[in-house]
Amino acid sequence: MSQISRRKFLKAGAAGVALVSIPAFFRTDPLMAFVTPSGSKATLSDYYMHFGVDEKTIKDVMGVALERGGDYCDIFFEHTINNRVSLEDNIVNRASTNVDLGVGIRVIKGDQTGYSFTEEITPKAMKLAARTAANIANENRHISPVELNPVDIPDYYPIETACADVNVDKKVPILESINDKIVSSDKRIIKVGASFMDSVTYILIATSEGRIAYDFQPMTRCFANCTAEQDGQRESNYYIIGGRYGMEYYTPEKVKHLADETVERTLILFDAVKPEGGEMEVVLAAGHAGIILHEAIGHGMEADFNRKGESLFADKTGKKVAAEFVTIVDDGTIPHARGSINIDDEANPTEKTYLVENGILKTYMHDHISAKHYGVKPTGNGRRQSFRHSPVPRMRNTYMLPGPHTKEEVIGSVKKGLYAKSFTNGEVNIGPGDFTFYLKTGYMIENGKLTRPVKDMNLIGNGFEVLQKIVMVADDLEIAEGGGTCGKSGQWAPVTDGLPTSKVASITVGGVAV
Amino acid sequence: MNKDERLELAKWTIQQARKYGADDVAVNISRERDIEIEYRGSQLDKLQDAAESRLSVDLYVNNRFSSYTTNDMQRDRLEKFLEEAVAMTKYLNEDPYHSLPDPKYYEGRQDVDLHIYDPNYESVSSDERVAIARKMEKTARAQSENVVACTSYYSDTIGESVKVHSNGFEGHKQSTSFKIEIEVTVCDEKECRPNDYDSRTVRYFKNLPDPEELSVRAVKRAFRKIGQIKLDSGRYEMVVENRARPSFLRALHQPMQGRSLQQKSSFLDGKIGQQIASEKLTIIDDPFVESGLGSQLYDREGLAARRRVIVDKGILKSYYIDCYYGKKLGMEPNGGSSSNLAFECGTKSLDELISQMKKGIFVTGFIGGNSNSTTGDFSFGIVGMYVEDGQIIKPVNEMNVSGNMNEFWHKLVETGNDPYTYSSWRRPSMYFKDIQFSGV
Repeated sequence: MSQISRRKFLKAGAAGVALVSIPAFFRTDPLMAFVTPSGSKATLSDYYMHFGVDEKTIKDVMGVALERGGDYCDIFFEHTINNRVSLEDNIVNRASTNVDLGVGIRVIKGDQTGYSFTEEITPKAMKLAARTAANIANENRHISPVELNPVDIPDYYPIETACADVNVDKKVPILESINDKIVSSDKRIIKVGASFMDSVTYILIATSEGRIAYDFQPMTRCFANCTAEQDGQRESNYYIIGGRYGMEYYTPEKVKHLADETVERTLILFDAVKPEGGEMEVVLAAGHAGIILHEAIGHGMEADFNRKGESLFADKTGKKVAAEFVTIVDDGTIPHARGSINIDDEANPTEKTYLVENGILKTYMHDHISAKHYGVKPTGNGRRQSFRHSPVPRMRNTYMLPGPHTKEEVIGSVKKGLYAKSFTNGEVNIGPGDFTFYLKTGYMIENGKLTRPVKDMNLIGNGFEVLQKIVMVADDLEIAEGGGTCGKSGQWAPVTDGLPTSKVASITVGGVAV
Repeated sequence: MNKDERLELAKWTIQQARKYGADDVAVNISRERDIEIEYRGSQLDKLQDAAESRLSVDLYVNNRFSSYTTNDMQRDRLEKFLEEAVAMTKYLNEDPYHSLPDPKYYEGRQDVDLHIYDPNYESVSSDERVAIARKMEKTARAQSENVVACTSYYSDTIGESVKVHSNGFEGHKQSTSFKIEIEVTVCDEKECRPNDYDSRTVRYFKNLPDPEELSVRAVKRAFRKIGQIKLDSGRYEMVVENRARPSFLRALHQPMQGRSLQQKSSFLDGKIGQQIASEKLTIIDDPFVESGLGSQLYDREGLAARRRVIVDKGILKSYYIDCYYGKKLGMEPNGGSSSNLAFECGTKSLDELISQMKKGIFVTGFIGGNSNSTTGDFSFGIVGMYVEDGQIIKPVNEMNVSGNMNEFWHKLVETGNDPYTYSSWRRPSMYFKDIQFSGV
């Protein structure tokens, strides 16, 4: 559990995440009176019916939650259906589905949190959980029933058809197509794997501050990997696409793109070398290199670490931390991006939060507790992995805004350095601010030109220093396709990153001796 | 639900699935209660207490395979769930390698008490739990005014599961674990905030060590990191502390899996019987370690757990072969997952290993990095101490250790006498020569 809390890490390929699939029929189970609300057409009463609760029950449970003197409580209902269909050795031979249904009840007193959850959505079980959570406080109090007002939420991920509504026989051909394309693209390819993952999550949140909100959250990812062999040497790589999309996302072009990227990223490894290590200039390619922001500054700017005095960035808001052309945001509003949310898991509105604006450290990412602690309004970063978890500040889509240079200028400015293109994972130790990210593919830069491909190196730096060493930022912002999964405090959250082509004056690169 | 009720539900599930057309079925039903306490700033920071259940079912339908998990065990809904799950499985491709294990592999299950369940769990009170967390936090803060942040954690888990297969397997597991941990952040004049931690996980409440000792140690470790610097790139000797994340071992372990071998993404392919490491490396997979954190009598597939020699004096003796990939590879399954890893330990303590280094890095932790299962390449971020002529000189950070697994393990000079028993991978500290580090 808390082993993870020290070291926040991001995996850009979380194939290990326990995703599963559920057939559409399950969601119309008459006994639970499930409906299939999606997007703006659903109403609050649809969600009440979906979870089998009503306003009175929620108010009663809140009353129990606050009867020991807590300042605040929230009730988080969740129903998630996860699907996965996989192909290996030319056949679609595996499918799995996970259904998760439950409610989490949180009570807060000051900075303190009491939490419990139950998988039984009945008044009795919920009140028992509420009583457990209420034990964080210890007075006796009676509060009058909270007046609940529905919160209007935006719609950042409208979809036509949820992937979870589509039978597996429509997903099989997509995997087969990916397989065929990869297998036929090059004789050196000896193994191919692909997985189609999708999920839908229904949430209903009520807070003692009087907010009630609901959201339908689709997510999908398609993953392909291959291994190739040449002169006795083998290389493997993978690629992922996805986001908060419906089945309509998987056009033939998208599917071909996934196959092409997987092949290209694998075959280039045969030509790639591991260069000499040490400090050097590094140009970060537009897109997924945004992982550097997630690790170098993102976690350090999560308000809980600052509130607790653990982060390098504690007490540094208002200070100049980077060049004037550096603006870094954490944004929940990008349509269909993996890290976007219509509302956070505390029923607070999402937004575009400025972590660094024109080089000045601006604002932390807050959850309810830290927003109160710092006396600011919440930023919509309170997220939780599931109803089994209490929310903490988490990132969404973290990226740097375009800058004044061009990609050609940035690469052209490097005499001897590295062009960092694709990554697998990263991690940060927020106290000292040490962060790393693992480069899977890239290129040497010599005299302003990309030369030999390189592979398999860990890059390590200090968050604070790296920000100051961002010396050029181009105008070609890209948000990483496929996104990543971030781990913190024993919880996973879906996120993405992005970056324009940028140059860092020096980072330590884990190479080999010449 | 008690054990018998779970067994009955599992058998009912099998019956229902078969009624709707499944040929073979495997069911696992589990329940786990977790209590988590965080203590910070002289008060309870967080208190979480809840239980979760899970029913998972693997379906084998006309040579097709799918798996499902749900936490909703109401029978009417479950029955419909199963009917439709079986129907969905028929849309997949046939794969004759998917089947339940041959029942002969269930045989020979040991009937011993592994001592992984503390019968006194129910008598541990909330007050006791909170008191432990409180004591750790208070002691840590009291060590110095330069302790700017500290959080203590207490958590415990009690779990129970039953497993039933339609071809005759039946098993039941019960276990407990208790964990205490303290994280400390200190501050130096440069306003850097080095941090460190100490933690222990045990099976019995009474085996938790003195929490205050953890706090004192964690604070010392954090202060030891003040003034971290980056060294020049180069080749150094290396001692890896036993409790550091086992990144090097994972880089060896993943390629041993049947799937990696069959999918041709393992650099250990074809290397059984070959010297893959120095003779100082002996790894035994031992499911019977008393109170071990990975101990079990049967594995995920129901195979009777056995002690397996994985590496013997540097020679690769065994892979991890599960039933499915075993069939595809034409190899006998021997259990596809690891239980406890035990190592041949040396005679020297960690301090003695360190004192042998003329110019080396004592690695106390890893940050990020990755390894390539196909090629054996690896690169990890590290944190540690620079050692010269056997003395710790200064703390280091912001460095990477890189290389290739094909060469790396041959550089193992010695293992320590200190297996880390608070993890299922009970690795000792290890001493290596001639390792590539990148810094300045």
